[in-house]
Amino acid sequence: MSRYSIFSLARNALTGHRHWDRAWRDPPPKPHYDIIVVGGGGHGLATAHYLAKIHGISRVAVIEKGWLGGGNVGRNTTIIRANYLLDGNEPFYEWSLKLWEGLEQDLNYNAMVSQRGVLNLFHSDAERDAAARRGNAMLLHGSDAELLHRDAVRKLCPFLDFDNARFPIQGGLLQRRGGSARHDAVAWGFARAASARGVDILQNCEVLAFLRDAAGAIVGVETSRGSISANKVGIAVAGNSSRVAAMAGLRLPIESHVLQAFVSEGLKPIIPGVVTFGAAHFYISQSDKGGLVFGGDVDGYNSYAQRGNLPIVEDTCESAMALMPMVGRARILRSWGGIMDMSMDGSPIIDRSPIEGLYINAGWCYGGFKATPASGWCFAHLLATDRSHRVAEAFRLDRFMSGHILDEKGKGPQPNLH
Amino acid sequence: MRIPCPYCGERDSDEFVYRSDAAPSRPNPEAGQAAFHDYVYLRQNPAGKIREHWYHANGCRHWLVVERDTFTHIISNAVIAGEANP
Repeated sequence: MSRYSIFSLARNALTGHRHWDRAWRDPPPKPHYDIIVVGGGGHGLATAHYLAKIHGISRVAVIEKGWLGGGNVGRNTTIIRANYLLDGNEPFYEWSLKLWEGLEQDLNYNAMVSQRGVLNLFHSDAERDAAARRGNAMLLHGSDAELLHRDAVRKLCPFLDFDNARFPIQGGLLQRRGGSARHDAVAWGFARAASARGVDILQNCEVLAFLRDAAGAIVGVETSRGSISANKVGIAVAGNSSRVAAMAGLRLPIESHVLQAFVSEGLKPIIPGVVTFGAAHFYISQSDKGGLVFGGDVDGYNSYAQRGNLPIVEDTCESAMALMPMVGRARILRSWGGIMDMSMDGSPIIDRSPIEGLYINAGWCYGGFKATPASGWCFAHLLATDRSHRVAEAFRLDRFMSGHILDEKGKGPQPNLH
Repeated sequence: MRIPCPYCGERDSDEFVYRSDAAPSRPNPEAGQAAFHDYVYLRQNPAGKIREHWYHANGCRHWLVVERDTFTHIISNAVIAGEANP
């Protein structure tokens, strides 16, 4: 597979772009692999890439029931950040941000990673204290954080409604290294890099059942393209984790919820980075094409429908108007829904399952996209070595039994509140 | 989504508070840690028909058991919780 470079671009431009290689191979399934990763989204493809690159295991298949990147990696609001409070979370997301910073060179693919900053606004003394505490936690874990007062925020984002009667803006917590990336390109880049290292990417290949040996261990999968055996099977199918786990007889601490996202018509550059509202759940950024990309809360009821209802549309747009009234004249171009694995404590799971041979990567709630590289890195580490990676040790499946809950928001076991 | 509240009639789902799957039932206090772990955390999370609790907070304040499809969002039944068959 040829490398992408300025020279390959020029060569192909001169020949009318008719001779580009396909970005990844489309092989038929082999009867056996060392490792099967179920789920050809960002996390599954990243897992396969790092299995091949870091651990030298390239007899790997990624199995996808639809088309590559057709799930949540193509449905998110593309934000990358590492602004968590808890010890179990922040080192993981900081590692992810570091991987984002070198991702394009690693993959030889333009993922359009843009570190344009993530600004979390606060509107009261209590919120300022919480932001300062969180910023300190981020700094202690080697990440970057700046507490901005009102004037500094005004310099950055003069268009905000600073003197809103209910939620005047007091300041914000800024992470300059955060930003956004091109979501589809992340899936395509990981797929291309993994394929180049020998990983087989099998699309339109739905898992129908798990294959078990006499002792009950999982030794492969029955798919719509035949049965495939493997030494280990990892599932990375957030949104549908419960359905796949049910095939193995497992119940997970997860509910599936629909989260909506919105894009406006293209506008001239107006929003410099990612801005989040502290008084309601709302986040907005501007894509390179000019569309405002924004979203808010999950709809709040169990759903696999990939579309939501109108109350959240209204709620999200009200938040937009409260935060930046200038967007009131912009028209919404598209809205859509994605299915979130909402876990019982708002944090993910990267762990062995109670069944030999089956490994679980699930429960990403809203936060899956930014976690993509580190999730793949840590899941690959787990699959290759049978031990949790240092930065993902807290993402255990048995934490709900042992009480080592990782509840960033302190909401308790109610998935639609995380 | 509109929920056919048996007391108030068909009302916007925005008037209700969602409390998820109605299937888990609180174990006996002596049932032990595993039973409570199961009750508090583990869910079937079905794709398709589910029976779930909705609280009509901005209405009659009844808890309802609503039967709904998680693929289509179609609601096929709603009864007051105390009167539902377990």
